[in-house]
Amino acid sequence: MKSGSTLEKILKAGHFAFTGELGPPRGANIEALKKKAQPLKGMVDSVNITDNQTAVVRMSSWAASMFAISEGLEPNYQMVCRDRNRLAMQSDILGAYAHGVRNILCLSGDHQQFGDHPQSKGVFDIDSMQLLQMVKKMRDDGQFLNGQEIDVPPKLFIGAAANPFAEPFEWRVYRLAKKIKAGADFIQTQCIYNMEKIREWIKRANDMGLTEKVYILAGVTPMKSLGMARYMKAKVPGMDVPDYVIDRLKGVDKKKQADEGIKIACEQIAEFKETKGLAGVHLMAIEWEHRVPEIAERAGMLPRPEV
Amino acid sequence: MIVAERKPFDEIKQLIKGYKKVLTVGCGTCVAVCLTGGEKEVGVLNAELKLSQKTEPEQTVFGEATVQRQCDMEFLAELDDMVKDYDALLSMACGAGIQFLAERFPTIPVFPAVNTTFIGVNKDVGWYEERCKACGNCVLGITAGICPVTMCAKSLFNGPCGGTNGESCEINKDQPCAWFMIYERLALQGRLDNIIEICPANDWRNQKPQTLIQPGYEERKASA
Repeated sequence: MKSGSTLEKILKAGHFAFTGELGPPRGANIEALKKKAQPLKGMVDSVNITDNQTAVVRMSSWAASMFAISEGLEPNYQMVCRDRNRLAMQSDILGAYAHGVRNILCLSGDHQQFGDHPQSKGVFDIDSMQLLQMVKKMRDDGQFLNGQEIDVPPKLFIGAAANPFAEPFEWRVYRLAKKIKAGADFIQTQCIYNMEKIREWIKRANDMGLTEKVYILAGVTPMKSLGMARYMKAKVPGMDVPDYVIDRLKGVDKKKQADEGIKIACEQIAEFKETKGLAGVHLMAIEWEHRVPEIAERAGMLPRPEV
Repeated sequence: MIVAERKPFDEIKQLIKGYKKVLTVGCGTCVAVCLTGGEKEVGVLNAELKLSQKTEPEQTVFGEATVQRQCDMEFLAELDDMVKDYDALLSMACGAGIQFLAERFPTIPVFPAVNTTFIGVNKDVGWYEERCKACGNCVLGITAGICPVTMCAKSLFNGPCGGTNGESCEINKDQPCAWFMIYERLALQGRLDNIIEICPANDWRNQKPQTLIQPGYEERKASA
């Protein structure tokens, strides 16, 4: 065991993993955080705690991870390269580990231009690949990035993101290979809507033997409405929403669109369970935490295995 | 070259407010090429400044001078006799030139009339684009002559990130994705091997003031 986290145990035991997501509040509202955490309990193996997602200031992801732990959830501590240099990152990792965090997801981060402080200076001292290398070095070699010894190294289960839909498509599987080499134990993909493309990407990952070296969790975000689908297609960078998803939502009554969105997600999950090379699903039910139990139930993900 | 753009007129007016005699100093090199701070632009700015004070009770005297390079003491020396007649200097050079001018004449306030924007190229007349951030550790040999530090909005050394919009950067449809271009050009040259390996954390060498002494000039520096 690298970290002994629940997520690691689930994956190692060969169970089909199910992870969720929790966005910290835009303030110190612990009650709001607890309320969002409540419905996730027992439904997912680990919960991603986002790090100033979309470059909007929120409660720090390590602090929100502490609350997740106290609420009985296992956090997957997200860390982006936009807001911290290598010193701050390493010290936050030590602190988070000391407080019981066992999973980390290493990301570049959305550009600050999209957020609520567009005039800020983006740090990007290291990139997500180098962050993976750094966390692995801290864990496996017991050393900081500069090679100096760590007094009690953080033993984290290391995650990375992959977007199989962004161009250049040909390169994406090689970039996955780089992330594995850099230190990724598991991968969570961008939200998947284009099923043809994900099948092709996984096939290539299988052919290159990559899926034997890393656990890949397929990213799923149920569409809440036709408006959301249109917005995701038009406005969200790196998102690939094919017309057949839009058409399907268009084809039902407005009141039934959310239900149709969940139905599509459940069909996707059913296929992913049978897909060679996929080890789980990462459910990003954005501001829809209270619907997670229903989605988990309908997708046949319950009960979660005890490990 | 170093590219700069003129500050908003009102900001310039505010900076020199209260000074009776202002010498506007142009620079004949980079900022002249990018049509911001050469002899012609000095003339234009002074004409605007003079025009704008027509109805004001107090009239400021504006003089003008353009040297070949404000980043060179040899050329700044040409101003030695002239500046004593002025109580403020308004420089249209890049940030380096402005500081060197201020260093040459430490008793006279020096104000910037331009914002220095980037090290860039001349795409067409009046059209300049950034190409270098002077990070001090050039990786262009690996990245097919396209700078990831400058051209990638996140300065990624192992891109592209997941935010690419087709061939564009997530920040703007008109901004090409640097890593898409790097990939394409390396593929064209049969050199994709270059980016299969992980590029390790960068050694940032531009985080403190720097000095460069060319070999053979050490003694000269020591005796300066």
